[in-house]
Amino acid sequence: MTEIVRDRIDVALVVNGEPVEARVPVGQHLIDFLRLELGLTGAHASCEHGVCGACTIRVNGEAVRGCLTLAAQADGAEVWTVEGLTDTGAIADLQAEFVSRNALQCGFCTPGMLVAADELLARGGVPSRGEVREHLSGNYCRCTGYEAIVDAVEAVATARAGGDARTGEGGA
Amino acid sequence: MKAAVGGYARARDLRHALELLAQTNGMGRVLAGGQSLVAALNMRLTTGDVLVDISALSECRGVVEDGDTLRIGALTRHAEIGRDPLIAAHAPLLAEATTHIAHAAIRNRGTIGGAIAHADPAAEFPACALALGAVMHVEGLAGAREIPAADFFRDTFETALEEGEILAAITIPKAEPDEVQVIEEVARRSGDYALAGLCLVRRAAGHRVSLFSTGPKPMLATGAMAALDAGDVEGAIAALKGEIDPPSDTQASGAYRRHLAGVLLRRAVARIEGGTR
Repeated sequence: MTEIVRDRIDVALVVNGEPVEARVPVGQHLIDFLRLELGLTGAHASCEHGVCGACTIRVNGEAVRGCLTLAAQADGAEVWTVEGLTDTGAIADLQAEFVSRNALQCGFCTPGMLVAADELLARGGVPSRGEVREHLSGNYCRCTGYEAIVDAVEAVATARAGGDARTGEGGA
Repeated sequence: MKAAVGGYARARDLRHALELLAQTNGMGRVLAGGQSLVAALNMRLTTGDVLVDISALSECRGVVEDGDTLRIGALTRHAEIGRDPLIAAHAPLLAEATTHIAHAAIRNRGTIGGAIAHADPAAEFPACALALGAVMHVEGLAGAREIPAADFFRDTFETALEEGEILAAITIPKAEPDEVQVIEEVARRSGDYALAGLCLVRRAAGHRVSLFSTGPKPMLATGAMAALDAGDVEGAIAALKGEIDPPSDTQASGAYRRHLAGVLLRRAVARIEGGTR
């Protein structure tokens, strides 16, 4: 008896808080499953080799590349995309800062950028601008030049830490 | 592009994974974190592979003390290596190396065993394993083998792993009380593969210098090591430049990589002489 599946495999996972069961092609990326099968088109499939970060989603609490994860590997996983994080209000403050500071223009990178930034913010404290840049170094933005994105992340970290002034240890 | 795979199987445990691999008629490919393999599949550098997914095998994940060594499960992720207290205390080279590996989202899924078995000549962990004198613990249906790092890396993307074998764990001697371990590399952008990189370890028995991204596989710079043992830093840099023959590509010329290797050794020596661990 073989357990090697040649075409499609069953997966059961939780996406944005809702249980999902599906039969997926064995080579399908998680990002394509989310976009094409579930209609969650927020995160984008772009470079498809892990360089650009546009496909960044949250899997089991961590930011991961949707193009370097197979849907088959997400069996049993808890997946969050920008749609779910928007609906729950979990990143409402981050999104508001992105808008008010023009931290996006075309918006292509933004869903991945938000998930990546949210992972850094979830650690608490106020990261230095260097730490923000390092954490977002795997998310390409071709519009903004990043400065406004770093501003937005820094502002949210400061606000969540409970102050208008910088309270973190790190400098620029 | 999209991956074109020949099949997929989810392993329940290591034995099951080995049995699955044996059923693939040579088309088997072990899928761990997938951060290099899935990229290669997407670019169709390889097609038709039957993926044996070991990523859920908890028995191969985590760091434990084992006498004078640390045993690191092959599926321990880069991010976990970077924050593990045992690694910080006994193999700080690995923790520092993670800061150079790709980006946060990739470090969340990429595994140390995957990186070592993949044997990319520009990758950090193979060179770390060489500098630290790691031992690879390999499992196969015919039995287990232990392979020293010095014998493990054969060529670009080629290791001593035989068909049907799986790298299960890596053991590393714990750092001595006065041991220092540093890694230096130059990359054009944060997270890029290094143009050249170097690990330097100083222990009671002497210095160990390994290089990555300067040839087809990570290598020990034995001439530089002997010169450092003799207290001759300039001699070590000269020896280092003489014992490597780096390739030229679109990122850097061979001559530039050779120059960088010397710069990196000088920086690494300055750090260990400054007492920075």
